[in-house]
Order: sequence, then structure tokens, then C-alpha cells
Amino acid sequence: MYETHYHRAGSVDEAAKLMGEAESGKYVAGGQTLIPTMKQRLAAPDSLIDLRHIADMKGISVSGKDVRIGAGTTHAEVAGSSDLASVCPGICSLAGHIGDPHVRHMGTIGGSISNNDPAADYPAAMLALNATIHTNKREIAAEEFFVGMFETALEEDEIVTAVSFTAPDKCAYSKFPNPASRYAMAGVFVAKGGDGVRVGVTGAGMDGAFRWSEAEAALGSDFSAGALDGLSVDAGDMLEDLHGSAEYRANLVKVMAKRAVAAI
Amino acid sequence: MGMEGIGARVARKEDKRFITGKGRYTDDMSVPGMKHAAFVRSPHAHAVIKGIDSSEAEKMPGVIGVLAGAEMTTDGIGSLICGWMIHSKDGSPMNMGDWRPLADKKVRYVGDAVAIVVADTKAQARDAAEAVKVDYDVLPAVTSAVDALKPGAPQIHDNAPGNQIYDWEIGDLDAVDKAIASAAHVTTLDLVNNRLVPNAMEPRAALGVYDEAEDHYTCWTTSQNPHVARLVMSAFYNVAPENKLRVIAPDVGGGFGSKIYIYPEEITCLWASKKTGVPVKWVADRTESFLTDAHGRDHVTTIQMAFDADNKITALKADTIANLGAYMSLFSSVVPTYLHAILYSGQYVIPAIHCNMRTAYTNTVPVDAYRGAGRPETTYALERVVETAARELGVSPAELRRKNFIREWPYQTPVILQYDSGDYEASLDAAMKAIDYDGFPARKAEAEARGKKRGIGMSCYIEACGIAPSQAIGSLGAGVGLWESAEIRVNAVGTVEILTGSHSHGQGHETTFAQLVSDRFGVPIDSVSVVHGDTDKVQMGMGTYGSRSGPVGMSAVVKALDKVEKKAKMIAAHLLEADESDIVIENGQVKVAGTDKALGWHEVALNAYTAHNLPAEMEPGLKETAFFDPANFSFPAGCHICEVEIDPDTGKTEIVKFVASDDFGNIINPMIVEGQVHGGLAQGIGQALLEGTSYDAETGQLLTATYMDYTMPRADDLPSYTVSNTVTPSPLNPLGIKGCGEAGAIGSPPALMNAITDAIGNNNLSMPATPQKVWAAINAA
Repeated sequence: MYETHYHRAGSVDEAAKLMGEAESGKYVAGGQTLIPTMKQRLAAPDSLIDLRHIADMKGISVSGKDVRIGAGTTHAEVAGSSDLASVCPGICSLAGHIGDPHVRHMGTIGGSISNNDPAADYPAAMLALNATIHTNKREIAAEEFFVGMFETALEEDEIVTAVSFTAPDKCAYSKFPNPASRYAMAGVFVAKGGDGVRVGVTGAGMDGAFRWSEAEAALGSDFSAGALDGLSVDAGDMLEDLHGSAEYRANLVKVMAKRAVAAI
Repeated sequence: MGMEGIGARVARKEDKRFITGKGRYTDDMSVPGMKHAAFVRSPHAHAVIKGIDSSEAEKMPGVIGVLAGAEMTTDGIGSLICGWMIHSKDGSPMNMGDWRPLADKKVRYVGDAVAIVVADTKAQARDAAEAVKVDYDVLPAVTSAVDALKPGAPQIHDNAPGNQIYDWEIGDLDAVDKAIASAAHVTTLDLVNNRLVPNAMEPRAALGVYDEAEDHYTCWTTSQNPHVARLVMSAFYNVAPENKLRVIAPDVGGGFGSKIYIYPEEITCLWASKKTGVPVKWVADRTESFLTDAHGRDHVTTIQMAFDADNKITALKADTIANLGAYMSLFSSVVPTYLHAILYSGQYVIPAIHCNMRTAYTNTVPVDAYRGAGRPETTYALERVVETAARELGVSPAELRRKNFIREWPYQTPVILQYDSGDYEASLDAAMKAIDYDGFPARKAEAEARGKKRGIGMSCYIEACGIAPSQAIGSLGAGVGLWESAEIRVNAVGTVEILTGSHSHGQGHETTFAQLVSDRFGVPIDSVSVVHGDTDKVQMGMGTYGSRSGPVGMSAVVKALDKVEKKAKMIAAHLLEADESDIVIENGQVKVAGTDKALGWHEVALNAYTAHNLPAEMEPGLKETAFFDPANFSFPAGCHICEVEIDPDTGKTEIVKFVASDDFGNIINPMIVEGQVHGGLAQGIGQALLEGTSYDAETGQLLTATYMDYTMPRADDLPSYTVSNTVTPSPLNPLGIKGCGEAGAIGSPPALMNAITDAIGNNNLSMPATPQKVWAAINAA
């Protein structure tokens, strides 16, 4: 790791101000991606602005079906929230299977979606839950927020403060982990609500998380795993690496989608 | 046996410090004035060094010195050597390319060390290392041994034309070809034994200290064999004369072979300590471990097995290309030859065997011995071809093996080795019973009803431990002898110190070696200390690898104990006024048999040192040394059977059950042996299911250089094992033990692959059998 300066922000405004003053600053929340990258000397921000101690960004509130999760909420807190589990157990289950216990107690939902790793779990859920991403400047629909691999609609000094969504009637997440990293090779979040069915896919798409609209349509008229039998995702749009060919990932998307539906 | 003697399931004495974080590793060592090193490493797989500019780095904060290869050459530091000469079948010696500790003309793999930076802190050293400007002329690279041997491949060492190191053979080719030509059936398989990264939990490290006043060097290092390190560093690398170099290998956190070798870093730290006048410490980070620890395996093999009409094996032919990486590591030459090819008889009577072995340089990390060293490669090829033959012949894999088992010992194979003892059918029967082999068809049907593919596969392995005897291996090209030494020091109060040339880096010597003393004299193991890993404390020894601490190292202890026992009895006989032949030692008492005349063990010890009343002419003291050079290898063998269930939708394999029935001869501590088997199985299962090392074919970059891409086995990847032992004592050492450190890693990969290929009905599957590959194989079947 190169030498860097650590700043602990007490408020969202202070964090933005610190970023403005930094030569090459980076916000850090759980640091589960950024810190290893810095240790490998692949990232060298001169300032780290720590968002973990901003009280406004923490906590989960559930009111009826309306859910708001502060960006600084850890995966372990999401996984263990009984309020959240009572209206949207699918997202608790998703959070409970991110990384390992160390990662879950450090990593945050805000950090995860801001980084938009193409194999991260949360983006699939945000798309399927039709979530709104709240920042210190505006509100952004999840579909507008996730722009591409490691790319979001966030501006340089913009900070995700919370996510909110209306809990669906039912939802489930099914993922196939990469054997080495345990990130998703294909993760599919299926949500069924008043507005129909939404299917968010992560780990597989070349442009990051995406909605599988054919599956949504098929499940809209027949909500059963069998409804997906005749469908396939285009291998041409899939990621390909040492661990999984595009064809294999296309297969996994379908298999995980069917398993998520079956689990609902 | 006593409560703590031979065969007792004693908890490991050393574990208290290990599991409470109180182990003392090389990185825990600190000396006054110590500074920190970072290495400048090649980012290219193959390049000419046109120039090195360290002027900017030298001005950076905290930097004490930047040293490069040319200076090292001027100082007369020698090149790294391979310690075992192999001759090609045309009689020519192997082509050993020059391996400089710091590359001065050319780099040959990504990670090749070019310079060392010494600074006040590790971070400063790293920052400065990045500021060293190396001007490279990048050359085309080759990473596959098969490609390296093709015409037109990039030439890696000038003295190895076509990148060939040797083209070696063993066995009777004519006889094998005739048997194949007249066979009733021939099974042929093309196999790859995948390259593995050792991944010891403790990364390599070195602390070099030059004392100018004494003109003396001390090196703390992560070594499996500190005496060999001292010998090689003084005799070949001219770091220091042997009497002025102390090598200490304190607690070492895993080796698996990768810490046998003397690497450029420890040589360079010692040299740099003298050059800079400060103690120099270097500790690898995990990336450096991936990039520079010697890798294992990497064979490409075609194997053929011939049968007569009665399904008796008539011949075996193996043709292999092995990748030895960019340089010949210390024992790299012997792994594919005398640790591999001479095991091709397996557990079977095979009248004719031939193995051809070509080895090649590539632009990859050097490849050397890794847990099993050559024997896993043999076992994998042999046990997959036997299982495949059974399928082709339509007979039970168990019965085909049974029909061809060796049943009389000693057994002379056609490829040098003579097996000492065994009972292969006993292991097979025990393993089949443990897994309920006969009940498999019902379990398969039940799994099929759930949409799962279930398979079963076995492996009947033999391996060779405690490589020996020294005279024979010398005639085969070894540069060292492979005996072991021990000194038993009985202190004046009766406590005992064992000084062993073996080295423990996780094996439990502090417990098992002490059990030998407890067994002999009836003293508690708490009163016995094991001293190892320091060339200033312990007499010359050969270290630990190849499961040799038991059959060789413990045998030396037994020989020294014999001498101590004899002298103790002479002293006791003198004091008790009895005949020496009537003296027995039991439960800490030295007694006249059949009487109540007795002395405490401590009284005899005290008398030996007060020397007030010793037999005439007897020297005072109670301390004896012994060296043991075994007459042959020992031959552990056994049967592993694995049952898997595969999800056809994802290709994911679940190991439902894994049974291992092993014959390690006599066992000193069953709990430690089980631990060794469990660990070995985890590594073997890792190779078969998870661990794949991948280089970019064009750039030579290691693609699997972190745990994000290199799949180490985790607890939830592995089943609970069912392990058991059959026992045929080895007649070749006083304890009748055979060695158990590597069997798990040797026997398990083919058992698992045989199970998976059985489940999916497609034999065209290579290790690691990742979900993606299994899924593709299911869909191609």
C-alpha cells in the first residue's frame, strides 16, 4: 500500500467537503474492495474519506412495506434484521451469503452498489426490487444508477446515503458462487409484486447487473420454474473468464432463475 | 506401550503455542539494527536486461542500498544449482541453465528477482523498489512444456537447445511394444497433471545477519532442511564458509516441499547484509508466494496399458513431457524420473514397463517437489488407466485390480524398485467395506430419482518414502546422501533432549519423537525436548521431505537410544552389582529383572555425570549420536474410494463419502497420522476438484496469482473422511514404519476423478474438475 491520508467524516456534508479538498480522494465504507486493491498497489488515492461513522447513513427502517436501508448498513445488519425479514426475507438471505463473516461485518450496502462490481450480489436485488438510490444530491432509480461494469451514475463527489424500495409480495435470490472468490458467477433475484415480476441478474452480464425481461414476461403469465424452460439468455452478452465460459454463465442464469422461482 | 509411548494417541505438545499464536516464525525474529528488503522483480516472462538505473531509488527516504546482479557476480556469489544429475538416454548430461540469484542479463519468468532494495521500513523498501528503472528488451515467452519443445519456440537458455533439459527413459521398450502389439486389449489415455501452487500458510522469509567483528553469518529462514541450506550456500553459492554460517529454521508454517529449496532471496539477504552492514529481513507477501515459490506437478502424459485375454496386465507404457519452469530448482530433475517413473508398477504385477520422460524449460516459476513429488503423477496416470480399462473391458474395477495385485514380497518391479512388504487386498477390502461398495447401485438409483448423477471411483496407490540408500541414489545422480542423524542427550537429572536432523514444519516431531523416548525409558514426554532446525545446535542432518522423518529420522533416534540404553544398563549393573544382561528399564526405573533392586532413571543419569562410581574405563556422561542410512525406500500403500454426487444443471460435484484405508506399517501416534492423512486428502482433493494454475500463453503472466482466482480447498469443499489402517510393518527400519505424509495427496486425485467420470459417463475430463468443466463434459457426453 502506498502512503495515504485517512479522514473520518462525521457527516455527509463533511465527507463531501473533504473530498473537495483532496488531491485524489476516495470514499471508503467497508473497504472490502478498495483496501485490498490499495494493498496490491493497484489504487493509490492520496486521501481516504471514511464514511463509516456517519450516523445518518446507518440503520434500517421498515414502515408497512416501505423499506429504507442506510448506505452505511453492513451486510451482517441486513442479514440479521428481523424487521426486514418480516417483509422482505429475500434480501436478508442475499446479504447473509455475501463473502464470509469478516466481509459481512465490514462491507456495506452503499459501498457494494457504489462499486458496482459485476459479480456483486446487491445490484441484482436493487434492480429486481425497483429500488431508489438516495444520494446527497438526488434520488436515482436503480436502473438508471447501474451504468455498466464498475460504473454508476454517481458524480465524483456524490455519496450514496440510502436505498429504499417497496417490499414485493414474494422474492428470492439464488446464486452460484465462483469456486475461488465465492463472488456470484450468476446470481438471480426474482421479485413478485403488485406490478408483476422483476428479475435481476448479477455475475454474468458483460455490462454488469441487468434485468432479464423475457423471464419477467414469462413469469408474469405463469409464475413457475417451468415457465423458463423455453427461454435462454444470449451467451454473447455474458462474461467469460477462467472460471466460466459465456455459455456456462448463460446456463447458470437460467438454472439460478428457476431455483429462485422454485424457492418462492 | 506406555501411556505416552509408541502407538499412543497423545495430543501434540507443540499445538499450545501454535493455536495460541505463540509460535516463533522467521518474521517474528528481530535483531538490533535490522532493516527491511524488497525485491525488484521482472514484470515480463522473458526479456533481456539492457540496463538498471537505481539512482532515483537510492535517494528515496529510508533507503540504505540498492544492489543488483552484476555486483553479486563480481563478488563471486555462485549460481543456483540442481542437486541431482540426470543423463538423457543418449548419455548426455542434462542441460542446466544458469540461474543467478539476481538476474543480471536476462529474466525468464514473471517474478524473477533483478535487484534488492534495503530500507528502514518495508514500505520504504517497496516504494523504492518501484522506483528502480529496469530497461527490458521483451522477448516472446512460452509457458507450456509441450509448446516449448516445438520447433521455433522461444529459446530460454542458450545451453538447452529447443528448451529440452533431458530426454530420459527407463524400462524395456522392445518388450513393452511387443506386449502391446500382441495384447488382447490396450487402453490408452491422454492426461494432464495440473500445475499446483504450494500455498504454505507461512510465506517464505529470510533474515540475513552479517557480524563483521566475527566475520560470521546467521540466516533465519523458512526451511525444511537448514543443514542442506547451509551446505549448499557455502559449497556452491560462496556466501560464507560452512563454519561461519549458521542457518536457523525456527517454527515453519507449512512446506509441502516448497521450502526444501534454497531460493535466491535467502542468498541475497545474507550477501546484502554484508554489503550494507545491516541485518536484512525479507518476508514474501502472498503475491510473491504465488509468483516465486516452486510450483508442483505439470505433466502431460500418454499412458497405455495392455492386457491378455484373461485381463492380466502385460505391459505399461508412459510417455510424458514435464514442465520444469524457467530454471532447474534444487531437486527438479529427480521428481519426474526417480521419484516418478520407477513407481509405474503400482500395486500390480506388470511384466514389462517403459517410461519416456522429456523435460522442458518454460517461462514459468520453477517446478519442483510438492507433497508426493512425482508419485501423485504416477498414481494419477496409472489409476485412471486401470479404472478406464475396467470400464472398457466391462469388468469391476475392484476385481480387475485384485486379479493383478502383487501378492508376494519382497517384490522386484521391472523399474528398479523392490517393494518391501504389503497386503494390497487387505486395504482394498477394508475400503470397499467402509464405503459399502456393494450398496452403490441402489444409492445411484436413489440419486437419479432426485435428478443427481452419482458415481464411485477408486485408487489403489503405492508410494515410496524415505528415499534411500545413499550409495544407490549416489549412483543414480544424487549430489547428497539421504541418511538422517540423531543425538540423545540425557541430562544429569534424567530429562532428555533429542537433537534431530529432521525438521518439523507442522508434522508433530516434538510429540512423536518424544514418544520414542517415553516408550524406551518410561519417562513422561514432558521430560523430553526435541531440538531441531538450528545448525549451531544440531549435528548435520538432511531435513524433512518425502515422508522421511518417520522411516529415516526416527530410525536414527532409535539407534541412538540403543546406545544410550546400553550405557545406562552398564552403569546400573555396576551400581546394583548385577549382570548387565539382567537389567531392564521400565516405567522410569532401571531394575534387576525379577528382583526389587532398582534405581530411578534419574539416578542412573546423575551417576553418569557425577562419575563418582562408573565401571572401569567408562567415559562420564550419557549422550549418544547415531546416523541411519536405510537399505531401501519404504512403500506405503492403500486404497482410496470416493463417492460423488453431481448436479447436472451446474456441474457441481459434492463428495458424498471418501474412505482411505492406508498401510503405513507401524504407527507411532495414530492421531497425528490421521491428521497427516486428512491434510493430504485435502490437498489431493484440491488438485482434483479446485486448484488450477493458469498462465497467459502469450505474455507468461500468472493468471491465478491470488485467491480470487486460485481455488484453495475450504472446509465446506471437503467431506468428513473415513480413514483406517491396515498394518504390514516395513522390514527395513527398526520401527517397521513406512511414512504417511504424502499418501493422502497421492491416492486421492484419481479416486475422485474416477468417481466423477463414472457419474457423468464421460472419461474426457481433466483436473481440476471445476463445475464448468464437469457441466461441459456432461453436455458433450
